[in-house]
Amino acid sequence: MTVLVFAENWEGKFKKPALEALTYGAELAQKTGGAMCAVVAGNNVPAEEIKKLANYGCSKALYINHPSLATFSAMLFTGVIGEAAKKENASCIVFSNTYSGKSIAPRLAAKLKAGLVAGAVALPSSIEPFVVKKKCFSGKGFTDVQVTSGIKIISLSPNAHHIFAEGATNAADFKIEEFSPAMPASDTTVSEVKKTTGKVVLTEAEIVVSGGRGLKGPENWGIIETLADTLGAATACSKPVADMGWRPHHEHVGQTGITISPNLYIAIGISGAIQHLAGVSSSKVIVAINTDKEAPFFQVADYGIVGDAFEVVPKLTESIKKFKSAH
Amino acid sequence: MKFLVCISHVPDTTTRITFTADGKALNTAGIQFIINPYDEMALTRALEIKEAQGGTVTVINVGTATTEPTLRKALAIGADDAVRINADPVDALFVAAEIAHYAQNEKFDAILTGRESIDYNSGQVMGMIAELLGIPSVAVATKLDINDGKANLEREIDGGKELVTVSIPFAASAQKDFAEPRIPNMRGIMSARTKPLKVIEPASAFKPVLSVSYQNPPAKTACKMIDPAHPEELVNLLHNEAKVI
Repeated sequence: MTVLVFAENWEGKFKKPALEALTYGAELAQKTGGAMCAVVAGNNVPAEEIKKLANYGCSKALYINHPSLATFSAMLFTGVIGEAAKKENASCIVFSNTYSGKSIAPRLAAKLKAGLVAGAVALPSSIEPFVVKKKCFSGKGFTDVQVTSGIKIISLSPNAHHIFAEGATNAADFKIEEFSPAMPASDTTVSEVKKTTGKVVLTEAEIVVSGGRGLKGPENWGIIETLADTLGAATACSKPVADMGWRPHHEHVGQTGITISPNLYIAIGISGAIQHLAGVSSSKVIVAINTDKEAPFFQVADYGIVGDAFEVVPKLTESIKKFKSAH
Repeated sequence: MKFLVCISHVPDTTTRITFTADGKALNTAGIQFIINPYDEMALTRALEIKEAQGGTVTVINVGTATTEPTLRKALAIGADDAVRINADPVDALFVAAEIAHYAQNEKFDAILTGRESIDYNSGQVMGMIAELLGIPSVAVATKLDINDGKANLEREIDGGKELVTVSIPFAASAQKDFAEPRIPNMRGIMSARTKPLKVIEPASAFKPVLSVSYQNPPAKTACKMIDPAHPEELVNLLHNEAKVI
């Protein structure tokens, strides 16, 4: 099948989720004996950046360059990606399930009368019938979804698929093809972009250090922040901590907060209520530090320390500093 | 403002999820169902704007008769009337097409959903309705205000927030911070019993997606306990065994 992958760019660069989607698309194309084509939509994306896509298994990048694509409109991006899909006669379209993927993929599914698997975690287990696994029940389950429409859309969960090592694949005949579909006026005016600066962004972080009620008060967050800084990690917190105003709401991870899937999640003084676990259970490795050896977190953690956070965490930070200076 | 708020009927957040022995369905025995928490945030914000500026709030659900208590709860919180499309909500595009079909003739100014339902976590229905109706959509929004006939929203983006303006009618999905959910009071609960709840039969049968089986996540291997006096052992394991640092 011909696979079209939306290679999302952030200010002209392709980040990890886009590279995961490209690798996924390339492997899907290979599995079905088809070709994979990337689609890049933006305003003045540097050609040398687009050329890098050759490393991720595509033979061609369709490049839609237009000033209207400098800011985001779900309607507009859906329209041009839909045109690209028609042009390439794509039977499968792959997104990363980022904010953009979440905005575009459903609209495109409705436009193309295509079945959409949002939050896919693996390549299709079968092509005929077309079956893809996705997360459900907020990390408490998985479901195998069968798609029966002619065109299929997959929105891949970030951090769920590997990325080709750069240079591992190199299509010698890679080419960039400029594509100029009809461009209606944007329906969305962006008045301000507020960037979280200076800190590691929680949803993109490889490592997250999180604190709960066991920290006893907002004045004690220094040990969490120092550990996070040492690891180059983002900080997070449990719901009660955000509700009591100890930490800002945007740090709250859990079922009604933010869902994250970092490589390493370190939970300090968090008991591990089922709603909290729902937001973090797809982390690759979980460390729990808690005074209570019966805390539910130890049932889902890979590594645990039963002890007082105020003693253990500073020691752990020191050990990591030593490790970092030795490596 | 004439609001339509889409309500999903989902297992309570504290539910331990299990599946039937054949793995083909959710084990619903003993499960309490609630309004999807993000939908409740959307509903609350719609009510706040209605109270300040006037208008109506209609709630809609695609579901079988078992979802009616959830719709009654939405009426108790303050919605004016409810609509139930009488069908099993097996596929997002099917659900969206049914809601869009109903909304087409009703001229709503705003169609709101939660950013995802906590059962299928797909977040598809809002964008699909918007595309089917040809109106702007803003996904994962944290704020909504209506001023001078326009909708001003704040939405999450990778690494920050963005303030956007769209014309009316529009659709949006609510993320945390959209509104603080309300607990219905006795008057609300009493009046909910007599508010209109209309049942409509589905208009289409196009269902391109179907969940064929379910599993719980694989059981974790036992947690390795580390001596609190020797956290360097944890660093060693994270580097050499887990390979995450």
